[in-house]
Amino acid sequence: MSQVSVEKRILYKTNERQNGKVVSLFKRLVKNPFGFLGFLVILSVCIVGLLAPIIAPFNPVETDLTKKLLAPMTEGHLLGTDQLGRDILSRIIYGTRISLLIGVTTVLFAGLIGTTVGVLAGYFRGWVDVVLMRIVDVQLSFPFILLVLIINAVLGTGLKNIMLSLIVVGWVSYARVIRSEVLAIREKEYIHSCFATGVPQWEIIVKHIMPNLFTPLIVLASLQVSTFIIAEASVSFLGFGVQPPTPAWGNMLNEGKNFILSSWWLITFPGLALVITTLGINLFGDWLRDELDPEMNQNR
Amino acid sequence: MVDFIIKRIAQSVIVVFLALSVIFFLVRLSGDPTVLMIPADAPPEQYEEFRKQHGFDQPIYMQYVNFISSSIQGDFGDSIRMNTSAVSLVIERLPATFQLAFSALALSVLIAIPIGVISAYRRNSLVDRLGVGFTILGQAIPNFWLGLILIYLFSVTYQLLPSSGGGSMMHMLLPMATLAMHSIAKFARFTRSTMLDVLRKDYIRTAKASGTPTSSILMKYALKNAFIPLLTLISLELGTLLGGAVIVEVVFAWPGLGRLLMDALLNRDFPVVLAGVFFIALIYTIINFITDILYAFINPQIRLQ
Repeated sequence: MSQVSVEKRILYKTNERQNGKVVSLFKRLVKNPFGFLGFLVILSVCIVGLLAPIIAPFNPVETDLTKKLLAPMTEGHLLGTDQLGRDILSRIIYGTRISLLIGVTTVLFAGLIGTTVGVLAGYFRGWVDVVLMRIVDVQLSFPFILLVLIINAVLGTGLKNIMLSLIVVGWVSYARVIRSEVLAIREKEYIHSCFATGVPQWEIIVKHIMPNLFTPLIVLASLQVSTFIIAEASVSFLGFGVQPPTPAWGNMLNEGKNFILSSWWLITFPGLALVITTLGINLFGDWLRDELDPEMNQNR
Repeated sequence: MVDFIIKRIAQSVIVVFLALSVIFFLVRLSGDPTVLMIPADAPPEQYEEFRKQHGFDQPIYMQYVNFISSSIQGDFGDSIRMNTSAVSLVIERLPATFQLAFSALALSVLIAIPIGVISAYRRNSLVDRLGVGFTILGQAIPNFWLGLILIYLFSVTYQLLPSSGGGSMMHMLLPMATLAMHSIAKFARFTRSTMLDVLRKDYIRTAKASGTPTSSILMKYALKNAFIPLLTLISLELGTLLGGAVIVEVVFAWPGLGRLLMDALLNRDFPVVLAGVFFIALIYTIINFITDILYAFINPQIRLQ
């Protein structure tokens, strides 16, 4: 048998095993009520976000002052209207897109930057590591939300800038976790044998270290999504971040708080959307962590 | 131990210095502050005078050197809006923020530890399930929204408590509860899992077998051991609470550092922003420092590293 076909066969078998893993993971998910509930919430939020133009009953930015502050269930407005007569339900549906966009892209970019820096620092150590750890220390000397707020205030408001500020602040936690993982992996025997047999450094990093980072990365990312979504909502609530008329849950709450005496629905529903989404993500993230990383299980 | 403390002090000083530099450049990144602080229709002479007065006409590295040397002496310049020293404004507001953060911390410890202990002791019972459900929900609710809902319930609907301002115990109840919520959930969850670990230990089984009353098993043997990791979490949480206070103070118009900082950010009052952020970084670093020392004191493995 030629060398190539053996390799192919091994490759095929690993693929099969990988697929089998995903299927059995999903089977276990279905059996776990909280994890599955979280999964369903995430799925529905994604569907709502993707199909917003089809689902939303009204135009989310169209104002109609003759219909301002209508209570829920009046004139076809299921969740009522705001101070400018805009439909709350439609604004929440479109707001889903902002939250999802923030959650996914910031976690992705922060994860990408953090992983790169973490791998470099953990693998090469030396000055890269020293510089990284000092940056980490400085960032840790500020409360997370305050730093996001200040960067956003400096850069100016808007969707792009809130995303940028979350990435700038968020990559550090990935870098820290990945660095310590890499430091540990680097001392394993199989890596030492790679050094001894002269395997190129990039190959050691890409083929032998990176695959081991998958689990901690997935676990961290799934828990970070809700942190970032809440952070965006908080910053938008404080008047920085995403600006009206663009519908985002945070700025809807910011506008709604001025009408708290007369119209409870303005502050209630966008907040509920936020809570349900983060609850779903947390439930799913907790389950995923328990599955992939049993040592970190908090509810043993 | 002394070496360890000296090393950590040096580290903390460097961190605060770097934090100060980062904030200085961040604030300057946003461009010439004069443009933002002077009305657009102001005559050019006034513009120049303002730049000179605040040292903005010097090159950036000179501004940096001046800034660092004066801030080491505790001088961050005068507030641009209030015309008083920025540091005194910040110091004036510190007690209110501390009051809020510390009382929220105390409240969360008082509520969370019993929940965690009972949850762990009666594992999988109804009480445990309610407790776990509460902690999961508590960690998913953003504090500013909880604040709004509490205002709606207690101030608008039932008119039991004031919705904003500071000064009395009644004013503090809602912001304190709002700020504490997340920490209660976090502590309760952590207490439960550490207690579960400890309750499985052999010495607990021995104590049970020898007929020691449940209350003294829980309080004397189990909680005492579970308390060490919890203590680290609690002292680190104080920093998080100071950060969370920024938002909660805005929601409840609580006259603390957070509100001052928010107003300063909105009005681009940079001296106040710099002074406020410096104090927060300083407090944060001191808390981290104390936590480390405390931990090294309790756990000798750390200081031998």
